[in-house]
Amino acid sequence: MFDYMKYMRQDKLPLIWCAGCGDGIVLKSMLRAIDKIGLDQNEVCMVSGIGCSSRLTGYVDFNTLHTTHGRAIPFATGVKMAKPELTVIVVTGDGDATAIGGNHYIHAARRNIDITVILFNNNIYGMTGGQVSPTTPIGKKASTAPFGNPENSFNISGLAEAAGASFVARGTVHDAIPLEKYIEKAIRKKGFSVVEVMTPCPTAYGRRNKLGNGAAMIKQLKEDTVPLSRAQKMSDEELQDKIITGVLVDVERPEYTDNYQKLIERFKG
Amino acid sequence: MSKEPRPDVGKNVRVMTGNEACAEGALVAGLYFYAGYPITPSSEIAEVLSERLPQIGGKFMQMEDEISAMGAIIGASLTGAKAMTATSGPGFSLKQENLGYASIAEVPCVVVNVMRGGPSTGLPTLPAQGDVMQARWGTHGDHPIIAVAPTSVLEVFMLTIRAFNLAERYRVPVILLMDEIIGHTSEKVILPDAATIEIWNRQAPTVGPDEYLPYKITESGVPPMAKFGEGYRFHVTGLVHDETGFPTNNSVQINKFLGRLNSKIDRHADEIITVTSDLQENATVGVFAYGSTARSAKRAVMLARQEGARVDFINPTVLWPFPEKQVSSLAERVSKIIVPEMNLGQMAHEVEWAARGRADIVKINRIDGEPIKPDDIVKAIVENA
Repeated sequence: MFDYMKYMRQDKLPLIWCAGCGDGIVLKSMLRAIDKIGLDQNEVCMVSGIGCSSRLTGYVDFNTLHTTHGRAIPFATGVKMAKPELTVIVVTGDGDATAIGGNHYIHAARRNIDITVILFNNNIYGMTGGQVSPTTPIGKKASTAPFGNPENSFNISGLAEAAGASFVARGTVHDAIPLEKYIEKAIRKKGFSVVEVMTPCPTAYGRRNKLGNGAAMIKQLKEDTVPLSRAQKMSDEELQDKIITGVLVDVERPEYTDNYQKLIERFKG
Repeated sequence: MSKEPRPDVGKNVRVMTGNEACAEGALVAGLYFYAGYPITPSSEIAEVLSERLPQIGGKFMQMEDEISAMGAIIGASLTGAKAMTATSGPGFSLKQENLGYASIAEVPCVVVNVMRGGPSTGLPTLPAQGDVMQARWGTHGDHPIIAVAPTSVLEVFMLTIRAFNLAERYRVPVILLMDEIIGHTSEKVILPDAATIEIWNRQAPTVGPDEYLPYKITESGVPPMAKFGEGYRFHVTGLVHDETGFPTNNSVQINKFLGRLNSKIDRHADEIITVTSDLQENATVGVFAYGSTARSAKRAVMLARQEGARVDFINPTVLWPFPEKQVSSLAERVSKIIVPEMNLGQMAHEVEWAARGRADIVKINRIDGEPIKPDDIVKAIVENA
């Protein structure tokens, strides 16, 4: 049995997350991935913003930094640039990373700085009570979209890819084993890596949209999931409302802290 | 032409602008990480550092916006690096939330604001002193802060070093308030030898990781600070926290933490505050001026004295914490205090508060992008002497 407690600040338990929330599954997948890589806890810096998923940093036994809303990536950028030997992992949500923090998300991808972003996508602002987020599907209800969301939603993995991330994967909390593998690959990748994880929020999203409890929502994730290999053979119409999972991007691009180090070596007096 | 060697010409004699002096001072102080965003009239600081930092093995980043620049310097500082950003009014507004984070999480850093006319986009290339209250109260909630205000290029160099020293010693963000005149004025400066300059560094923990409390209530009010990545594995948050660094809703713990946080600067005010004074026996009127306005005031005091006025002059180079004692003793000496400033009287309110009715306050204000000229101050001195 895997010893999660090695990585937990046990006196901080229980977690604040609601019954049926998928965030705990992401947390455990992440800890297994970190353990598999064999990272020294002293060499990991975990940075988060504001929101349900961002509370994760308070529970795990690493160098942890719980920042302001949307700004986890800039703080992480400063940590990584000043101490590149640290493994820097950002834990964030869909609202934190792609609404208020959207600018930082695309620019970190453009720089291709060696930071791994675990992006918990629950399609809603959970902590503040269920307001519509950039990933709330069109037509779905939220506390600030009582008649159904009139806006289009973001494809946040596609956004990272377009902005230049060298690794992008999408997983769900239904498939924890592949999720662990995506996270492992993302951390190992030298460059900006994103793992978008679809995770249910039964309290603030499911209830309002009559999607059932956490278990029912996770079951729905399974039904909506289409692995990338199968998706490549399907039409856009068939893929409507589906969740394409797998490693979406895995390319080699020059990495920013490396580039900067080379610049120092060239011009250092 | 004479080829006589001039005694003051050497490698330490330079002609530079305030912005260049700021960059040079930061490097002497030990700057390792700079993050910024282009904005007039501060951009030269970034330009100089983009070249100089990699040359010494340091890091320079031009970020995607002002907010991320402020966030990045906090992240860098947590690894032990000395970190700085520079901006002007609009950018200073954008930085306020993360500035509050640095204040509550007690992360040393230096934030330069080369003030221009406001509000909003305002007067991008014209001087103002309209951000002095924002420097104190710009971020929400009660919080500690230090702000310094140089009056000359040499003072920019010296006060930039001091800003880093104060940030490190008191675990607090320090605001370096220049204005466009100071930032862009070129002057000859004789830089002191690096060996004569005192550099302060943050206090490292004296205990091992098991006993370390990142927000311990210490005698000085300033807890020792570990670096990320050196075995201490502590938690940093913008939530109100207890001595362990983890969030708390317990009112006893909240009071303990916020009490220490908000008193740590005031209790060291005497060590922090620096004021240049030029007092005259039997003075009847005083002048209180800072930043570039202090240069006009200095000349005005000289001219007024030539006309027979008896004038005291005080020039605070630290604005926050406010030099209450110095203003109070000035109010004991004179019956009127003239406060010229390029805003509508922001510091004059503080001077009035410290004078507590013992001296009347005479304000001279401009917000039209023009400096306050010595003649305007001379006139006020003569009228009120």
